[in-house]
Amino acid sequence: MALPILQIPELDQCVHCGLCLTQCPTYRVTHLETESPRGRIHLVRAAGEGRIAPTERFAEHLYLCLMCRACETACPSGVKYGRIAEAAREVLGPPGGRFSRAVAGLAFTQMFPRLGRMRLLFTMLRAYQRSGLRVLARLLPKRLREMEALLPPVPDRFFAPESALLPALGPRRARVAFLSGCVMPLLFGEINEATVRVLRRNGCDVLIPKDQGCCAALNVHNGETVAAKAMARRNIDTFLSAGVDAVIVNAAGCGATMKEYGHLLAADPQYAEKASRFSSLVRDASEFLAGLGLVGGLGRLEMTVTYQDPCHLAHGQKVRAQPRQLLAAVPGVTLVEMDASDRCCGSAGIYNITHPEMSQTLLEEKMAAIARTKAPAVVAPNPGCMLQLRSGVQRTGNGVTVYHLMDLLDRAYQLGEARP
Amino acid sequence: MELIGLLRRIVGHHHVLVAPEDVIVYEQDGSILQAIPEVVVLPGSVEEVGQVVRATRGAGVAIVPRGSGTGLAGGAVPAGGGVIVSLARLNHLLEVDLRGRTAIVEPGVINLEVTKGVAPHGYFYAPDPSSQAACSVGGNLANNSGGPHTLAYGVTTNHALGVEVVLHDGNPLWLGGRVPDTPGYDLCGVFVGSEGTLGVVVQGIVRLMRARESVRTLLAVFNRMDDATRVVVDVTGAGIVPAALEMMDQTTIEAVERGAPVGFPRDAEAVLLAEVEGVREYTERALREIEDICRRAGAREVRVAQSEQERAALWKGRKGAFGALGTLAPNYYVMDGVVPRSRLPETMRKVAEIGRAFGVRIANVFHAGDGNLHPNILFDMRTPGELDRVIEAGAAILKACVEAGGSLTGEHGIGLEKKAYMSWVFTEADLDAMARVRRAFDPTAGFNPGKVFPSPPACGEPRRVPAKIPAGLWV
Repeated sequence: MALPILQIPELDQCVHCGLCLTQCPTYRVTHLETESPRGRIHLVRAAGEGRIAPTERFAEHLYLCLMCRACETACPSGVKYGRIAEAAREVLGPPGGRFSRAVAGLAFTQMFPRLGRMRLLFTMLRAYQRSGLRVLARLLPKRLREMEALLPPVPDRFFAPESALLPALGPRRARVAFLSGCVMPLLFGEINEATVRVLRRNGCDVLIPKDQGCCAALNVHNGETVAAKAMARRNIDTFLSAGVDAVIVNAAGCGATMKEYGHLLAADPQYAEKASRFSSLVRDASEFLAGLGLVGGLGRLEMTVTYQDPCHLAHGQKVRAQPRQLLAAVPGVTLVEMDASDRCCGSAGIYNITHPEMSQTLLEEKMAAIARTKAPAVVAPNPGCMLQLRSGVQRTGNGVTVYHLMDLLDRAYQLGEARP
Repeated sequence: MELIGLLRRIVGHHHVLVAPEDVIVYEQDGSILQAIPEVVVLPGSVEEVGQVVRATRGAGVAIVPRGSGTGLAGGAVPAGGGVIVSLARLNHLLEVDLRGRTAIVEPGVINLEVTKGVAPHGYFYAPDPSSQAACSVGGNLANNSGGPHTLAYGVTTNHALGVEVVLHDGNPLWLGGRVPDTPGYDLCGVFVGSEGTLGVVVQGIVRLMRARESVRTLLAVFNRMDDATRVVVDVTGAGIVPAALEMMDQTTIEAVERGAPVGFPRDAEAVLLAEVEGVREYTERALREIEDICRRAGAREVRVAQSEQERAALWKGRKGAFGALGTLAPNYYVMDGVVPRSRLPETMRKVAEIGRAFGVRIANVFHAGDGNLHPNILFDMRTPGELDRVIEAGAAILKACVEAGGSLTGEHGIGLEKKAYMSWVFTEADLDAMARVRRAFDPTAGFNPGKVFPSPPACGEPRRVPAKIPAGLWV
């Protein structure tokens, strides 16, 4: 039976040339066409035409994909693979068995859209981690035990800006709004603080609207679009009414998703235009700062680093040069490129939970590439990559430090301030 | 099926695919032809290939070898049914001998990986098909693949010293060796370009080349295609052998600029990409001479790449051109005709005429220096009747090439798509002689049946058979 909903126009652009194969992390590991971008596109097309059924097996192929979109960089025809895969996942619903689908569904519709609940959950997790109850985790089933182990320590302090408008330090050059995110303020509050400080030092009035919510990236990537659209509409209303020059994001996955709100809401007559307008304002922090040009006294950071291109920055937003420009602007920092810096580290949103084996294989490759550079630090401007790389550091015990780019810039500014 | 159980025992359960949602992605290569295989096997070692071949052929079932599936003539499409043996897992660069300037590779090694593996030492592997970032050396050996730089360096057969092959009985056999010539018949030469009809390549010894001191690249922009084709004749006529001399027409430029733009001028009727390699003194002089010839022929602009980045950008546009055609139409049908260089201008006019006569849009991107044309007919397979027209137009183009004293294929192979035209260039006696060579290697002709030779496939149930397409296929 044909599935017209899968007869997506983007499919027509793929001519089956195969240039995506060797750039696809899952094809590189499996050598199977079914686990390649071209193969998955072929599957979606065949399901749309009714030549195969969208079975469990079909879903497995679609969900083994990391959604890293390296294939979009490789594609000479500009096929928007991400949109094809998202459309297919929308038909399939969230991945996994009945239990994990239910958990995912609950998270996508009840947790991510309500940041208050997220905060409560992480407060409880923090209490649990501090309580000594952790020894009981051994009693959990294997899968839950692995998930428990992936959770990093919840910091003492969440991101809580003292005011919704933090003025520029020095002459004002821009007025921006900042997406504080869903998990970022809870697990990486310090990086949010660092980002805001760096923006302010560069002459930005930073607005942190209270009514903002999660960007819905995880929803969209896992086939949930109803709550996702509501979340997008809320952010659009909030940020557009702020009257800013740009909406700044320091998480690559969020930035990529928000730049595509225009596509997500293309069929919504009330929001289509507003969504495109909103998307055109979204900038990754590195993209924005490189465009603005860094000002102020950067101190000397005597260190060698390597740089991991987050997939949704390099492939999703085509932002590659700007983070490197910023690194080069910090006195004393030497960048040593790793092999295939734009290949996925295996984090990919919740992928390291849903597909631990593939995720680990990719992480091992990545850790080896980092080790070959002999750099004692890696910069990865995205929280998912940072968590994944830190778990790799823990596993290999190689002592590499994982930084967010904004964290590094903030340190340089602080040093510059201390030694004028 | 008993054979499936046997195959699973040999390569492991995960490496035998039979589910419809698995095998359907193996129904197509880089061409537009499709036929769904019953079984796909992915052996992980030379021994496993031998056992798979022994079991499969022993059961009387045909084998279709497959590399990366980037071929453009349907060579890896199992039109005659049978088992696809994917060599994708045999992907190790086994040995690099820089002093002997050879490398031993497994068939699934990606073409570009060979060069990447030796580039730090100042060497490269010369054959460079446009799909080199994805195509396999095994597939290149099977099709005797070319590429832009084969103008100066020759095609795959000029770089293959030896191959280890698995024959129909599952036994491996070395043909050729590490040195340029071995006693007896050149059987390695026979195997290269045999399109998977003689056996399965499991290892290859390939030649490595020393990287040249200087590489210079220019892009010449022409308002008229005729002027550009004349330059090709003039450049080679002047005794210059560029490393590459590539042409793209306006339609192709449009596709590249829509897909992954590199800054080709969209209003030009043709651009010519020329590259010279050698010692610095030579490349400077040759580049200037080519530039002069271009300007005399009426080039409106000549851009010389001033950095490696600029050079890479020009090549990115060229190498991505085929894939970029997807921005213009959902399907393209690529021709691979060859004509003597001197007949290039008139043949290009003829191609344009054929396009008009059949009412089809054609994008040209090709190895002009070799006289190797790639007219790509753009179409939408879902439009009823369009495919027939496209196939007829393609046949007319190839016929024109043959009539100009050329050939059916420069580098893509005959595969499925052109086997019906073999009689234009070969007599019955020629074809019979070739069939006897094949039977000497494979008496029951169970490797890649239904390819190359103009005979109907032995088995396989056609699901949808459009007119003009070989039976057993659906497109």
